[in-house]
Amino acid sequence: MTAPLIELRDVSKSFGGVRALAGVSFAIGRGEIHCLAGENGSGKSTLIKIIAGVHRPDAGTLRIDGRAVATLDPITAIGHGVQVIYQDFSLFPALTVAENLALPSEVRARRRLVSWSGVRKLARAALARLGVAIDLAATVETLTTAERQLVAIARALMSAPRLLIMDEPTTALTGREVARLFAIVRDIQAQGIAVLFVSHKLREMLEISERITVLRNGAVAAAGAADGFDEVALTRAMTGQDFAAQSYRWMPHAGRAARLELRGLALPGVLAPIDTTVEAGEIVGITGLLGSGRTDLALTLFGMRPHYHGEIRIDGTPVALRSVAAAINAGLAYVPEDRLTEGLFLTQSIHRNLLATSYDAMTRHFFIDFARARAAADAMMAEMQITTRNGDLPVAALSGGNQQRVLIGRWLMGKARILILNGPTVGVDVGSKAGIHERIRELAREGDLAVLLISDDLPEIVQTCNRVLVMHRGRLVEECDAAALTDTALAEKLKALA
Amino acid sequence: MSFLSLRRSETVIALVLIAAMVLIGLINPAFWSLSNLFSLARSNVIVGLMALGVLVVMISGGIDVSFPAFAVAAMYLTIQAMLAWDWHGVIGPFALASAIGLALGLVNAFFVSGLRMIPLIVTLGTAAAVRGALLGLVGTSQINIDRMPKELIAFGNTTLIDLAGPGGTHFGLSAMIVAYLLAAVLVHLFLTRTLLGRGVFALGSAAEAARRVGFNPTTIVFAVYGLAGALAGFAGLLHGSMIWLANPRDFVGVELDVIAAVVLGGASIFGGRGSVLGTMLGVFMLVMVSNSLILMHIATTWQRIVVGGIIITATTVTALRDRRQIAQ
Repeated sequence: MTAPLIELRDVSKSFGGVRALAGVSFAIGRGEIHCLAGENGSGKSTLIKIIAGVHRPDAGTLRIDGRAVATLDPITAIGHGVQVIYQDFSLFPALTVAENLALPSEVRARRRLVSWSGVRKLARAALARLGVAIDLAATVETLTTAERQLVAIARALMSAPRLLIMDEPTTALTGREVARLFAIVRDIQAQGIAVLFVSHKLREMLEISERITVLRNGAVAAAGAADGFDEVALTRAMTGQDFAAQSYRWMPHAGRAARLELRGLALPGVLAPIDTTVEAGEIVGITGLLGSGRTDLALTLFGMRPHYHGEIRIDGTPVALRSVAAAINAGLAYVPEDRLTEGLFLTQSIHRNLLATSYDAMTRHFFIDFARARAAADAMMAEMQITTRNGDLPVAALSGGNQQRVLIGRWLMGKARILILNGPTVGVDVGSKAGIHERIRELAREGDLAVLLISDDLPEIVQTCNRVLVMHRGRLVEECDAAALTDTALAEKLKALA
Repeated sequence: MSFLSLRRSETVIALVLIAAMVLIGLINPAFWSLSNLFSLARSNVIVGLMALGVLVVMISGGIDVSFPAFAVAAMYLTIQAMLAWDWHGVIGPFALASAIGLALGLVNAFFVSGLRMIPLIVTLGTAAAVRGALLGLVGTSQINIDRMPKELIAFGNTTLIDLAGPGGTHFGLSAMIVAYLLAAVLVHLFLTRTLLGRGVFALGSAAEAARRVGFNPTTIVFAVYGLAGALAGFAGLLHGSMIWLANPRDFVGVELDVIAAVVLGGASIFGGRGSVLGTMLGVFMLVMVSNSLILMHIATTWQRIVVGGIIITATTVTALRDRRQIAQ
């Protein structure tokens, strides 16, 4: 048996007294697809950075090809064939694809002058090796996320790596793009290159990897061949606890007007007329492929598409949602897809973020009643189970899951009647995800809210919702009861539409 | 992307430029007279040389407002040195002026790179300090034509074409335009054909990615601010030679015109984008509009308003473009 490509033994690393890794042993074989799983803060990034030579371990040994390596810095790591594709891809948005591909090779070759025909030749060869076609003269900023990722992969492959590390590569991809990425990863493997996949998406890990290592609190919680794991086992290893996976049950109340009723709601050229009702206490999932119109539907309800046709009724009363202010007054709340750019004031305190839409209600004689505002915000922090008690911390200091809770909490302070969540758990780890799902169910059940949950995450939809709407190209094509649905059946439905 | 594509900002500026020329020519046909065109070309030289430096700084993601102060310092110090040492020549003094500018530019680079300070604040500070030191330590008196070194005046007076105007006057196309074009070609080659030049774009486009690829940001920052300083120093002495005057209080407010021209030329205030051709067109546009106000019978006090308007319009347009592309 040959020695593994890279092997770590009893590696520990601390940052300022905080233990990031405690005695981790880990090995990647030649040409294998290995998945490194774990929640945020489990030590995944630290482990990657040790392999990439960015961090030096405090204790433990590192072996490459069975030989001990005393010190590893980024340059020697690259020399040993380690290439990392970071989440941000490290590309140059304003430069062309060709130049993005060729620059690292040119810098490494210590060239002084640029030969543009040489650049194009290098770039063409790099894309050919991946078997993809991307316009070499296009600037990277005009590419889709998936194309940018392909450029990043092609660039990494140019230095003839033996290990390609991909940090959360599927976060921003649609289902079909993930499938293409996986095909490419298998292709890379066929060239004899090992791939270390860092992820917290259970389904993907089980699909792509041959071996899985799960980290929890800086230690290896489980490791072994991928066939030895299933979703329950992985979740348990990652979180240390079991999460019940049962679908949401909702009991209709008799004799009440529907919380939300859409009668022929349409947006010219975007949404075909939609008729549906949502009751208080319901959690209705909306899914569909890219361009299905589901986000447009949400934005219409939130008053951001004022030129809609048709009628919207809330609790039986027709309402005109022609502006965001009108929508908020009517009791709508919208948690956008990209919480970092659209929803949160990252540098502001948790309190301010929570109170952003309710300062009006906290005002007495033109002055904000700060004592009342503080008390209300503290209560909401407790209710949303945000991990810190200090509301003066900036939101940027929180983990993804906690940020999402702040955003949802903000809308609950404003006495919303209809809550629209767009991708509420994108980029949130498994444990926090289950917590957020639990909170959504409680809100619907006890808070008397109608919840619309837009998501690509089919297991999330099936488990959290009681009803699912499938949209395609601006039409509502199917409504189904979630109790009678499995996520594979839902995936089949979506595949049939594509 | 074809050369004449409307997606190229250079093409757009060129079209706007042509439209403006036609308009000004309609209001006052004297615009098309050779003497006016030659004088326009001459007015491009100093602003253009400084703009090339600012362009490179801006592409790297920085900003420089200290170059007018450096230009004045280089000009005044060099001419004082020539007078004090009874030093004659042209090449030597220009080398000294460029070296003074270079040294001051490297001071900017030290603060920006070594101490990681915000370029705008650093260059505002060095500009004020250099101007203050020049007036306080070197002198406040203007060196007039009678004391200006003869060689410099002769050099600044060189023409490519010399024509007789009406009434026995002479006018010509200043040879200084050659210095400007040569500098433009060199900066263009630096930016597009050297790896260091591509590093300037890379750093301005994504600083962290540039570091990961293996570029040395320190080298790039020193090169960029050094080049801007050297060009400013050179332009300063050339300015003195062309107007036969060395005024230690010269170039006040020029930073605004030059930055306006660079932004007008399509360079991004966020870094990573810009070209020599675009900058030259932007410089031409700005110089032409402010020079032609007189031809259009508009009071010169309006000039500052026009420059301010151009900055705001051009920045808005490029910022909208960049934001759209970043959002994609």
